[in-house]
Amino acid sequence: MSEFADQLLVLVMLINFLVLGSSRMAIAIRAVAVQGVVLGMLPAIIHSFSWHLVAIVIGMILAKGVFIPWLLFGAMHKVQIKREVEPFIGYVSTLLIGAITTALAFVFAAKLPLAPEHQGLLLVPASIATTITGFLTLTTRRKAISQVIGYLILENGIFIFGLLLTSAMPVMVEAGALLDLLVGIFVMGIVINHISNEFSSIDTSRLTALKE
Amino acid sequence: MFYSLVLLPIAGALLAWFTPSNRHRPLVLPVFALLHLTMVADAVISPPLPSPGGWIALDPIGKLFLATITLLFLACAFYAVGYLSYRQERSNRVLCMGLLVCLSAMTLVTISHHLGLLWVAIETTTLAMAPLIYFNRNARSIEATWKYMLICSVGIALALLGLFFLAYSTIVARQEVTLLLEPLIASANRLSPAWLNAAFIFLLVGFGTKMGLAPLHTWKPDAYGEAPGLVGALLAGGLVNCAFLAIIRVYQICMRADDTAFYHNAMIAMGLVSMAFAAVFVVRQADFKRMLAYSSVEHVGILAVALGLGGDALFGALFHVINNGLTKGVLFLSSGNIHRAYGSKNCEQVKGAFQRVPWSAGLFLAGFIAITGSPPFSPFLSEFTIISSIFGKGEMLTGALFLIFLAIIFLGMASSVLPVVMGKTSPAVVKSNYRDRLLTVAPPLFLMAIILMLGLWIPAPLRELLQQSAQLLEVRR
Repeated sequence: MSEFADQLLVLVMLINFLVLGSSRMAIAIRAVAVQGVVLGMLPAIIHSFSWHLVAIVIGMILAKGVFIPWLLFGAMHKVQIKREVEPFIGYVSTLLIGAITTALAFVFAAKLPLAPEHQGLLLVPASIATTITGFLTLTTRRKAISQVIGYLILENGIFIFGLLLTSAMPVMVEAGALLDLLVGIFVMGIVINHISNEFSSIDTSRLTALKE
Repeated sequence: MFYSLVLLPIAGALLAWFTPSNRHRPLVLPVFALLHLTMVADAVISPPLPSPGGWIALDPIGKLFLATITLLFLACAFYAVGYLSYRQERSNRVLCMGLLVCLSAMTLVTISHHLGLLWVAIETTTLAMAPLIYFNRNARSIEATWKYMLICSVGIALALLGLFFLAYSTIVARQEVTLLLEPLIASANRLSPAWLNAAFIFLLVGFGTKMGLAPLHTWKPDAYGEAPGLVGALLAGGLVNCAFLAIIRVYQICMRADDTAFYHNAMIAMGLVSMAFAAVFVVRQADFKRMLAYSSVEHVGILAVALGLGGDALFGALFHVINNGLTKGVLFLSSGNIHRAYGSKNCEQVKGAFQRVPWSAGLFLAGFIAITGSPPFSPFLSEFTIISSIFGKGEMLTGALFLIFLAIIFLGMASSVLPVVMGKTSPAVVKSNYRDRLLTVAPPLFLMAIILMLGLWIPAPLRELLQQSAQLLEVRR
């Protein structure tokens, strides 16, 4: 079973590169949706059956695979933006940085003082690589929607690490975290709409009135 | 009891949501604020309640923060009635609901002893505040809201990663896997030090972003500058304290580890950097609300330094939590009045507020004197305790930097505040019919009276509460 989980994690890391390298927002939103669904399935594969697990898996898949993409597509159509134009750092460069950090994540993970049963698992490097990809997307893109996508990837990376300790996070906290994430994205979606009404663009680099 | 403390504001929020009249809706706020205050007073005085599963409890530290928050909220609630009667042109449904949801979440922060629950509550305060910062519905406030949402969300996400690291440190150490505060404190010296350090860094960065420690404070001047005065007061006096409480909880665990030097130094360094940033940016600040934001950065710096020092400074830090929270309430509420009266918050245009809004101008001036640590107000006492403890420990460099930053910030703020209050109104400034009224002046006056009273005399129960709280943070070996 763990072999299948590893394959899924490789898929997650490939999706990171897809987001880093694509300028089309529709692709990025779909990619993050797929990433969310894949991650939602992971706990079902790694852990033994329980009803609490079923709830988490269904909640994750619905939230990350259906609801959030629907919100983001809605925002995208409303503001009539199809592509990320002129990111602060080009696609090739971010892809390259992404590749290097992913490689470094493997080196770094091998040196971490992990518990013996977690040695050599793909979870830790995948988590580090995904978190850094999220940061890269968040900081190098101009459009508000792309920044939300970056935030989602960052959250996904953190979620992967959380898989190491599902037993430590009681249901209520997990559900709370998921709900907070969902509401957070929802509020961001509303703000994006307001940005587009106010500035007739969702280019956050135009948000420059407030400066020292 | 605990449940009703958290659920009462939620009931108020629902009531506010379903009240159709824009004029009567704000009245929900003071009613529920008074109810909340009485319930908090009861909970603080009565003997400790049994905590369900260790998740929720009201310890002395929680009592201090809860009392500060409910007092500040009471003032903001009455102020809101006066303020919103001026702003009838726009719906206040979201504002009233958001304020009460935020009160509920802040209450939950103070009573939760499970770090995961604490995290959820802090994230909820972040989300509930976002629409309130956007109350003015213009280009500048949307920019501020976006920065606030994005930076705070990323910060909070990093804090979650920090929590995971903390839980993982129990796995590596073969302890019971938990995020409950008491078991973690008990087993702290057996946790894996490497993972505990990593957890501390991520939690400090994450909650530090929310608290506004430099260099993670970049959202703060924008959000504080663009939000209405009462929202600014709750951000600077309520949310900052909640984030500080989260850091205190983490710190409580870290203090029981074997080697604590790293944690002390990290806190002191972050604190001094925050004070330095504030000192640089507060000077020649043209916008008096942004100036208050940098003052807030300064004071979170003071709190961090005092927490990092430990010993006698802990008493000062906890006392300063109350003083800073309530004084920020005075400053933001009175500056909101001045802003309204002049239709501007630029120091170039706003001059001689004494002529237009004498009460607000006087309160703004008194608040400035208090927040910069001058007697006879209570921030003087707490800052004095901290400074004397710094020198008592022989930390000469820290002490010298601390005093230099305080002096620069005093001069920088004075050069902005004095012309705003004392100067001469230029005839070019547009006339406005906004004048001081009971409901917009009495709440900050009430907070100012508390600050003055605490500066002259600390009631014995409060002193005892502060000492008990400081003991919880003390390292006992």
